[in-house]
Amino acid sequence: MTEMLEHRAIGADLPRRDGAEKVRGTARYADESPAERPAYCRIVQAPLARGRITGVDPAVAEASGGVLAVLTPRSPGGRGAAEQLADTSDAEYAILQDDEVHFRGQVVAVVVAETFEQARHAADLVEVTYDEQPGDTLFSAERNDLYRPEQVESGDPPDSSEGDVDAALEAGPVRIRHTYTTPMLHNNPMEPHATTALWEPDGHGGAGSLTLWDSTQSVHAVGTTVSGVLGLDPEQVRVVCPYVGGGFGSKGIPHQNVVTAGMAARAVPGRPVRLPLTRQQTFSLAGYRPPTVQRVALAADADGRLTAIANDVVEQTSRVKEFAEQTVLPARTMYAAPNRRTSTRLAALDVPIPSWMRAPGECPGMFAPEVAMDELAHELGVDPIVLRERNEPETDPDSGLPFSSRNVLACLHRGAERFGWAGRDPRPGERVHGGWRWGTGVAASVYPTSRMPVSEAEITRVDGRYVARIGAADLGTGTWTALVQIAADALEVAVDEVDVLIGDTDHPEASVAGGSTGINTWGSTLVAAAQEFRKRFGDTPADGDSARAGVPPNDAAERYAMSAYGAQFAEVAVHADTGEIRVPRLYGTFAVGRVVNPRMARSQLVGGMTMGLGMALHENSLFDPRTGHVVNHDLAEYHVPTQADVADLRADWIDEHDPHVNAMGTKGIGEIGIVGTAAAVANAVWHATGTRVRDLPVTLDAVL
Amino acid sequence: MRPFDYQAPADAGTAVAAVAARPDAAFLGGGTNLVDHLRLGVTEPGLLVDVTGLLPNGISDDGGGLRIGAGVANADLAADPRVRRHYPVLARALLSGASGQLRNMATTGGNPLQRTRCLYFQDVTTPCNKRSPGSGCAAIGGATRQHAILGASEHCIATHPSDMAVALSALDAQVEVLGPDGERTLAFGELHRLPGDAPERDTVLEHGELITAIVLPPLPVAARSDYRKVRDRASYAFALVSVAAALEITDATITDARIAFGGVAHTPWRAHRAEQALRGATPSDETFHAAAQAELADARPQDGVDGGNAFKIPLLTRTLAGTLRDLARQEA
Repeated sequence: MTEMLEHRAIGADLPRRDGAEKVRGTARYADESPAERPAYCRIVQAPLARGRITGVDPAVAEASGGVLAVLTPRSPGGRGAAEQLADTSDAEYAILQDDEVHFRGQVVAVVVAETFEQARHAADLVEVTYDEQPGDTLFSAERNDLYRPEQVESGDPPDSSEGDVDAALEAGPVRIRHTYTTPMLHNNPMEPHATTALWEPDGHGGAGSLTLWDSTQSVHAVGTTVSGVLGLDPEQVRVVCPYVGGGFGSKGIPHQNVVTAGMAARAVPGRPVRLPLTRQQTFSLAGYRPPTVQRVALAADADGRLTAIANDVVEQTSRVKEFAEQTVLPARTMYAAPNRRTSTRLAALDVPIPSWMRAPGECPGMFAPEVAMDELAHELGVDPIVLRERNEPETDPDSGLPFSSRNVLACLHRGAERFGWAGRDPRPGERVHGGWRWGTGVAASVYPTSRMPVSEAEITRVDGRYVARIGAADLGTGTWTALVQIAADALEVAVDEVDVLIGDTDHPEASVAGGSTGINTWGSTLVAAAQEFRKRFGDTPADGDSARAGVPPNDAAERYAMSAYGAQFAEVAVHADTGEIRVPRLYGTFAVGRVVNPRMARSQLVGGMTMGLGMALHENSLFDPRTGHVVNHDLAEYHVPTQADVADLRADWIDEHDPHVNAMGTKGIGEIGIVGTAAAVANAVWHATGTRVRDLPVTLDAVL
Repeated sequence: MRPFDYQAPADAGTAVAAVAARPDAAFLGGGTNLVDHLRLGVTEPGLLVDVTGLLPNGISDDGGGLRIGAGVANADLAADPRVRRHYPVLARALLSGASGQLRNMATTGGNPLQRTRCLYFQDVTTPCNKRSPGSGCAAIGGATRQHAILGASEHCIATHPSDMAVALSALDAQVEVLGPDGERTLAFGELHRLPGDAPERDTVLEHGELITAIVLPPLPVAARSDYRKVRDRASYAFALVSVAAALEITDATITDARIAFGGVAHTPWRAHRAEQALRGATPSDETFHAAAQAELADARPQDGVDGGNAFKIPLLTRTLAGTLRDLARQEA
């Protein structure tokens, strides 16, 4: 058992330390970073899905007003050829290195000019010719070239099998077998990906230094990636990111934009270069959630005890770089069943490279099973919550380990009480009033609790205060404040005596803000650093006393299965004439361990659920296989929920104490809110209309 | 983005002369559509002539109707008590469009001249006969959920995006235009044109012509009118289909009707055949469905990579029936 902190500041409802700066508009984001005489960079993109670049002529662009540099591909060669990159083992970063076009939207030239407008104008003047080849862009589960990846993104095996699913399905007596689909989705943070980059040739003892003010979920990942790709010593690259206007995973793995910004800066030494992606560009250059086709099979005995669970998943990746979303994971761990099978098959296409999007894997991977469970409940004639009670596992079905804590039923019960589930008429399509058809639905949520292996923090006594430094990230989530609360409790002092500095590679290395691991990892690191500090300097340290510590390993992770859980309840109204779907109520209860800061936790959970609502009803990257690109690539046409779509949406949590997860008792809250939301809404739509929609998003034409 | 010249003349006549003198000139009003297009490269005018402040921006009584200056902001028009009382369909159409901020900028003259939100029209990397005549239509066979089911051609299947224009179409409005050759007035229903083989022309206006006012006739039937917009989210989205409707019922008989559709054609679609089917009939769901069917007999849905838009036929039928049912109840 981990030694638990005594909670004093942890759990306090403190306002954001950076709130005033943000409200006043003085918080500087990447594209607004202070820079003297900044130049502007514009990317030129390939307008075809597959082919070969036969020539790039930068002459007209170069002659255009204010142009400082035009970078062109190294092959077929010619004026302005980009620098040879040191490491292109990750194909995503092999920018301008050869003449191949792997997907529509690929970077084929880069323009740097004195002003944003001049760069944009000149980018249109770069003449690129292509030998176009037919693009293979149509995703389908029926393709004959599907393949099994070696592993999924989480590092887990792509397939799993226990017992005999087919025999159990045969035996029944109750079975559900359906195909569910989730579309391609784009993260669309409010702040598009942006970098200000400065190459100073005289820096770092004459070897040159690169400073990147980047919008990222991990300054250290950007530093490591860019230094490796450009062949620089990691010490030559500094990455600064105090604030992020949302990332949702799309700023977790560095993407091409930041490497491109570094290359552009090196082409104009001494000049800061700004490279903000346009919204349209983010649709091809900054990752996305790949579409999935999930064939789910459930078998149960007459009492509703599952005898088999299977989810056979087909999903999309790009031909140039593999991304295997871990969609299969929830079906492996959520419910007990003696016979279980999952599989992952990929279609590798001439499409942009998929990447992380909030709860990669768990989010689409809970939609299909949680709708299937609803179908099973109806088939059996039992309440969906009762069905889940009957299939609650005693130990983790996948690993066999006991749970560190598993309170999914507590969430379902408390949620049912607060939402008003009792006495629900289970019959679908029976409630019409005010011209609307009404229904309710429920689904469970799960997201694994983990800690990253690398992070370090330093605590120093400065002018009578404690100053902690760690290269963590605040995506708008509240890290600036939450880490102060943890450090204060670890040092056993008031929050007013503590500063925590984040968002800079000059600070000790921190892990990515991703996979809901941020607070778990950085908090554990700060606790270790505080313990080291107190061990060395006691309770009356002198100014200048300083101690460092790395993140402690969590031995308990070997002995326990650890996850956060939740229950989501939706009430929907479907217009009787038009099929318009509204969600008057959405309510989530979560079991996420200790909550560090309630106001920020609620904001994250409500935000996750809102994004889940968008996934349920609105979001859909319309990919045109003829052209190879997403045609609704702006926020006018890529619909996320508006204020008017979000009515009574609430999140809360049960009081959960998990002594195994970490010293704070936290489980991470960044992703759990989106998991399960879409299933709850889709289940409610069925209850309202009697129409079972298994393809997201659920739109009015499906229920007319 | 191409560099352009900018002029801010002192009066509308000078502005018209300035635009008429240069084939690559364009008027700039609220800019809510044009500025987007400049950024996207959809249009590349060499000269922008700013008419902000040059156009009448008042609403005055006009022989029992209303004369609306072309410079009146959409927000102000929607809030006008006379509009709300005598032409509720227009106020509701305005309020169903865009956002509060955009309605503050968008003008009476500019709103009906919005260009299509066709995804391919707005994407200069794809062919589009409207943006680049003769280049082809990428929308046909593409993502067509938003596209036309009425009056489309093999050259263009775009829809008109304005909500306000659908209401004006139903209200038999008149459009006053100032051009290089002087003033003229045309019926609102004649302003927009079907794509045919020249989809680059949204309206019948000649280059240099500027809308100066829109006149609403006295129209008692409009007192019982409504605008019903159906879209994929609750706000800030263009119509999948919309219905502007006004109904007069006397002694359980429909004595007058005005119907126009949005989201289904290259123009606001005045549903004359539906109106004809309604006049003289007894208000009932059967009557309303028959009216929709009369109008939609020639509807041609589009296939598409997104599933196409065949759903618009039942959706529009049900939306019209529902809107008329509600109006009939109001009447009673």
